[in-house]
Amino acid sequence: MARLNINGKVHDVQVEDGTPLLWVIREQVGLTGTKYGCGVAQCGACSVHINGEVRRSCMTPVSSVKAEDRIVTIEGLSPNSSNPIQKAWLEHDVPQCGYCQSGQIMAASALLAKNKNPSDKDIDTAMTNICRCGTYQRIRAAIHTAAKAKA
Amino acid sequence: MKTKTHHNTNLSRRKFIISSAAATGGLAVGMKLPFAKSAHAQATGAAASGAEINHWIVIKPDDSVVIRIARAEMGQGTHTGLAQLVAEELECDWSKVTVEPITAGQNLARKRVWGDMSTGGSRGIRTSQDYVRQSGAAARGMLMQAAANEWKVPVGELTVSNGVITHAASNHSTSYGKVAAAASKLPAPDLKSVKLKDPRQWKIAGKPMKRVDTVPKLDGSQMYAIDVKLPGMLNAAIKQCPVFGGKLASYDEAKIAGMPGVRKVVKVDDSTVAVVADTWWRAKTALDALPIKWDEGDGAKASTATIAAHLKEGLTANDAFADIDNGDVLKAYAGAAKKVEAVYSTPFLAHATMEPMTATVRLTADRAEVWVPTQNAEASLATLSTASGLPLDKCEAYPQMLGGGFGRRGGTQDYVRQATLIAKQLPAGTPVKLIWSREEDMTHDFYRPISQALMQAGLDASGNLESLRIRVSGQSINAHLSPTAIKDGKDLRQLQGLWKEPGDAQIGYTVPNLRTEYAMRNTHVPVGPWRGVNTNQNGVYLECFMEECARAAGKDSLEFRRALMKNHPKHLAVLNAAADKGNWGKPLPPGVHRGIAQFMGYGSYSAATAEVSMVDGKVKVHRMVLALNCGHAVNPDQIAAQVEGSVAYGLSATFYGELNVEKGRIVENNFHNYRILQLADMPKVETVIVPTYDFWGGVGEPTICVVAPAVLNAIYAATGKPVRNLPLKNLKLV
Repeated sequence: MARLNINGKVHDVQVEDGTPLLWVIREQVGLTGTKYGCGVAQCGACSVHINGEVRRSCMTPVSSVKAEDRIVTIEGLSPNSSNPIQKAWLEHDVPQCGYCQSGQIMAASALLAKNKNPSDKDIDTAMTNICRCGTYQRIRAAIHTAAKAKA
Repeated sequence: MKTKTHHNTNLSRRKFIISSAAATGGLAVGMKLPFAKSAHAQATGAAASGAEINHWIVIKPDDSVVIRIARAEMGQGTHTGLAQLVAEELECDWSKVTVEPITAGQNLARKRVWGDMSTGGSRGIRTSQDYVRQSGAAARGMLMQAAANEWKVPVGELTVSNGVITHAASNHSTSYGKVAAAASKLPAPDLKSVKLKDPRQWKIAGKPMKRVDTVPKLDGSQMYAIDVKLPGMLNAAIKQCPVFGGKLASYDEAKIAGMPGVRKVVKVDDSTVAVVADTWWRAKTALDALPIKWDEGDGAKASTATIAAHLKEGLTANDAFADIDNGDVLKAYAGAAKKVEAVYSTPFLAHATMEPMTATVRLTADRAEVWVPTQNAEASLATLSTASGLPLDKCEAYPQMLGGGFGRRGGTQDYVRQATLIAKQLPAGTPVKLIWSREEDMTHDFYRPISQALMQAGLDASGNLESLRIRVSGQSINAHLSPTAIKDGKDLRQLQGLWKEPGDAQIGYTVPNLRTEYAMRNTHVPVGPWRGVNTNQNGVYLECFMEECARAAGKDSLEFRRALMKNHPKHLAVLNAAADKGNWGKPLPPGVHRGIAQFMGYGSYSAATAEVSMVDGKVKVHRMVLALNCGHAVNPDQIAAQVEGSVAYGLSATFYGELNVEKGRIVENNFHNYRILQLADMPKVETVIVPTYDFWGGVGEPTICVVAPAVLNAIYAATGKPVRNLPLKNLKLV
C-alpha cells in the first residue's frame, strides 16, 4: 500500500514495497507517458520530477516516496504542452521515434527551472538521457530556444 | 530457437490472393478504418467518416484529408514524407492533413491495394513514391471532375489550389470536402496515365514541413505497443536460453507459487519460459526468482576469441568468392613498387531500440489479434497466423508507433511468435502483453554481424593505386535469415557498398586491378540487418584503408580519392560537396585534425568530413559535415534529422559499440556495459543535401557508413597511426 501524489492527484495503490515507482506509475496509476528503457537508471526514459528534482523512476522504490512528495510526470508537466521546453521541442521538431522524449523533456524542464540560461556545458552535464535516434543536436538547440523564450 | 524463429515471414502475394475472399475493393464510400488513438479504438474500428476517393485518400465534409500510410513510422519521418508526396499531387491544404496507418488485415482483405508494408532498407519512401504520388494526382482529377460535372463545364477549364476548385469563367468555387462524396463514385483513372509534377515545382513535398507526429510525443499521449491496455489484459516476462541454440532443461514452478499477481508459468517453446502475472513488474519479479536449468548445448564453447580465430582463418582461406575481379590483383600486388597491407575488424552490435521488444496478443477460437511495433506488419500477421494456427483472414496486426526499429523489427517477428504462444496457453480471449527486459533484449538480438577484412594495395612508383584487394571474412545475414538469397553459394550482401553493379551500393573507385572477396564464416550468434547493415563495416574497411594508401603514396586524402573517381561522378560530387562545406585543406585550430570519407548505400551517395582533437588520449569530435545525394529530397529538415541521428548512431558504434561472447552468451546486457553516445559527445552536424533529381535513394541509413571512417581518418591525422579495430574504447590512442 502506498499513497502517491502524482500530478496533483492522490493515488492509493496496492503494491509491494520494492516496486519501482516507474511501474507503479505505468501499471497501477495507468500513466504510460513515462517509459521503461533499461531498469537500471542508465537511459533516463523513466525520468519524472519529485519535488522539482529530476529522478529516474525505474530505480526509485515506491517505498522511498512519501505521501507528501510531489511527483510530476510528463502528463502533468503543463497544460497543453505549454512548458517552454515542450514549445521549443515542437519548434525544432526534436522527436524522431519519440520514445525517450518524455524523459528528455522532464530532464530539460528540470534543468531550465533551476538554470534560466544554461550554457552548453550545463546542458552536457544535465542531459545524460539516451536517445537512440540521436536527436541530441536538436535537444541542445531547443533548450537554448526555451531559455531565450523564458527570459 | 535457431531453426524456429529466424526465417523472414514476408507474405507471398499468392497467399494473399488465396485468402482474400472477404475483399471488398473498389471505392467504398465511408469505409471504416481505425485511427491509432488507442488499442481499443483500433480493434473496434473507430470510424474515419468521409469519402474514400481512393484507397490512400479519405476526404471529410470539413475539407480535412486523411492520408493512409502502409509503411511503418519508427522516427525516420516516413509518415510525414509520404503524406507530403500525396498532398503535393492532390493539391490539398497541408494544414488539414492527418495520417492514418492501415493494418495488415485490411491490406489483406483488399488484395494488397496498399502494396508492401515492409519498412527497411531505407525503402519507405523511395519504393512507394510513384504509386502514392499517382494516387494523389488521380484523386485530384476525380475531385475536379466531380466539380466539373456539377457545374456542367469542361474539367480542363478548372483550376485548383489548396483544396479549392475554381471555374473562373463562371465564377464558381467549391472545396474538396463538398465534392468528395460525388468524386468517390467516379471511375478511377488508370494510374499509369496520370501525369506527375516535376519535383522541381513541388510546393509541399521538397519543403521542410513539420512532422505530422510530433505533438503527441511532447505530452506522453503518443501510444506505443508497450503502452497497450486492453480489458482483462495480463502481462508476461520472458527468458530465453542465454546460450544461442541451447534448450530449456527444467524449471521449478513451485518456488514462485504464491508470489503476488502471478497467474501462470508458461513453457513458450523448447528454449523459452515466461511468467504471466497481472502486472509486468510482478511477472518479471517472479521470473527472476524462478529457478531455471538450461541445457546450453555446443554454443557454450564459443567465445570472442574462438570467433575471432574462425574469422581470421577466413582471411586467407580458399573458399572465398570474388564479386569484382578486374585485372590481375595478385600479380599486380606482387610487383608493386610499394605495398600496403592491413587487417581490420568490427564486432557484433545490438540494435538497442529504446522500446524493448514487445507485443500484445489476444486469441479466441476464431480470431487472432496482435498490437505490435513492427517494420513489417504483414510479417507480424503471418507470424501470428502460423503461431496461432488460425488462417490469415482470421488474423489482424495493428501496427503501433515504434519506439525505434533500426532493422530489429522487420522480418524476424520472434516476439510476436512468443506472445502468441503464451496467449495460446491462457483462457481464450485473454489479452497478454509480452515485454522483454532490457537484458533480454540486448542478449537475444539479431546482431550486426561480426567481420574482419584483409586489405592489400599496390602503389606504383608515383603513388598511384594500381591494385586493391579486399577480402571480407565474417558472418552472413542471409545464411541466418534468408538462405535462398544466396545464389550459387555467393552471398553478395556481405559486400554491400563494394558492389560492381551501379545504382544501389556501388564501390566508388576505379582501380586497374581490383578484387572484392567474401569468405563466409558463420557463428552460432543470430545476426540480422542493423541500420546501415553491411555498408557500415565495409565503409570502415575501404575508407580507412584508402587513407592508409593515400598516406603511403604521400598524397592528400581528398586528391588521392578524386583521382580514382572519374568514372563515378555522383560519388565524386558528394565527396566534393562534403570537402567544400567541411573546409578541406583550410587551416584548423591548433590540435584539431580533419578526416574524410565517402561511400554508397541504399541508392544514395554519402560523404563526410570530421574535425577531431585528442585530449589525454581521448577523442573529441567537434564538427562533422555530411553530404548526401538521395536523388529527391522530400523533406530537407527531416533528411537533416536523419543525418544527425545517423551521426549519433555511427558514433555510438565508433566509440563504444561492442558485444563480447563468453561461454556462448552475450556478455554486455544493458546500457552500463553497452554504452550509447550521450548529448555531451554529440558533435555539431552540418547536412548538405545535393539532390540530382534523376533517381530515388534512401535516407534513413546511407550516411551512417561514412561517420566512423571520417572520424577514424581524423584520428589517424592526429596520431599518425591508423585505427583498424573498433570500438575506440578498447584502444590506447596516444
